[in-house]
Amino acid sequence: MKPAPFEYHDPRSIDEAVALLARHGADAKVLAGGQSLIPLLAFRLARPAVIVDINRIPGLDYVRNEHEGLAIGALARQRQLERWALDGSPFLCTALRHVGHAAIRTRGTIAGSIAHADPAAELPALLLCLDGSVMARSSSGQREIPARELFVSHLTTAVRADELITEVRLPGLPDGAGWGFLEVARRHGDFALVGVAAVVALRNGRIAQARVALFGCGAAPVRATPAEQALAGQAPTRGTFAAAAREAAGTLTPDADLHASAEYRRSVAHTLMVRALAAASERARGPG
Amino acid sequence: MTHRTVRLHVNGREYERTVEVRKTLADLLREDLDLTGTHLGCEHGVCGACTVLLDGAPARACLMLAVQADGARLLTVEGLADGERLHPLQEAFWTHHGLQCGYCTPGILLTAKAFLDEHPRPTRAEIREMLAGNPSVAAPAISSSSMRS
Repeated sequence: MKPAPFEYHDPRSIDEAVALLARHGADAKVLAGGQSLIPLLAFRLARPAVIVDINRIPGLDYVRNEHEGLAIGALARQRQLERWALDGSPFLCTALRHVGHAAIRTRGTIAGSIAHADPAAELPALLLCLDGSVMARSSSGQREIPARELFVSHLTTAVRADELITEVRLPGLPDGAGWGFLEVARRHGDFALVGVAAVVALRNGRIAQARVALFGCGAAPVRATPAEQALAGQAPTRGTFAAAAREAAGTLTPDADLHASAEYRRSVAHTLMVRALAAASERARGPG
Repeated sequence: MTHRTVRLHVNGREYERTVEVRKTLADLLREDLDLTGTHLGCEHGVCGACTVLLDGAPARACLMLAVQADGARLLTVEGLADGERLHPLQEAFWTHHGLQCGYCTPGILLTAKAFLDEHPRPTRAEIREMLAGNPSVAAPAISSSSMRS
């Protein structure tokens, strides 16, 4: 399999990259880790006239503590963040271990996975669950796009064709909060049939805050906002979680495909949501 | 800009080739360097047969453009053995019949090498997770042989 011919550019600076995007617009595709784009090129599902390979731009492969969370450069690899997260960030580590396999994570970038916006991918859901954002640069300036406005539909984000995601901002967990991350896939490392990322913070034995992001359940990852609101102030019991999950699963419109029916996905979403909330609440209670 | 000249180290040797920019690294290895031990199964990153070590880390050679490997150090299955002496992993696969048709074996060997470099005393669960990235009809045989040894 061969990609269709394209014009190849490997700019050495962000300015040079966004100038190329300004010139070529929707005819250009940004190549970072390539773990999603190269298959699309090989199958000729994508036939961009121009490839803007950002891998030679120096200084974009950082992961640092900033903005009460993490600032992740556009070229930080998934494996890099996974290693970083081994020390004290089990939520990130668990989510990352579900992204493909080690050989995919060697090359695949955090920003690239988010920009690709596969509705069954883990990192967009993680960003959504943590209320993160991306910084998008174009030749006319820079803007921050919150996760809630970012994921529009299947492989579609609010990032314009002339913009480049230069940084992903991933806030930390709220103080004292616990997390849960679960997915069902046919094989470890595959895209999820359904997955759930959840965060729960407790106060005086009640739920102070709950956040749930569901993925693999529709055209884009979604926050279960009404269920989150219903959970606030409740006691963290199985019954409470089950009621919230019923509410959330009922509003989902998952696709049916070769791997699972819509009804099955809805049912798995319900089950995983209960378990992820229970795990998050258990961790929030903590060892002491 | 349809062609570029790339220089790369493969198995300790330096190569320079002018290639089409749309050519994948796997095709460069096979077609331009005659290193046909890197196999192509699915050509979209799922099967793992084309896994090589890129600056020491496992990567799918089908998911990179050859131009992107300019300046990189690569290890392919041809570079595992030391002359006539097989790498211990190759030796172990041979001893324990850890393959059936052998098509995906080059990728499994390199994945396993990188994995063992990082986890010298892996658990069964870690071995299973590592192998999940290289599906093979022979995977049960490999997994049981690695657990015996």
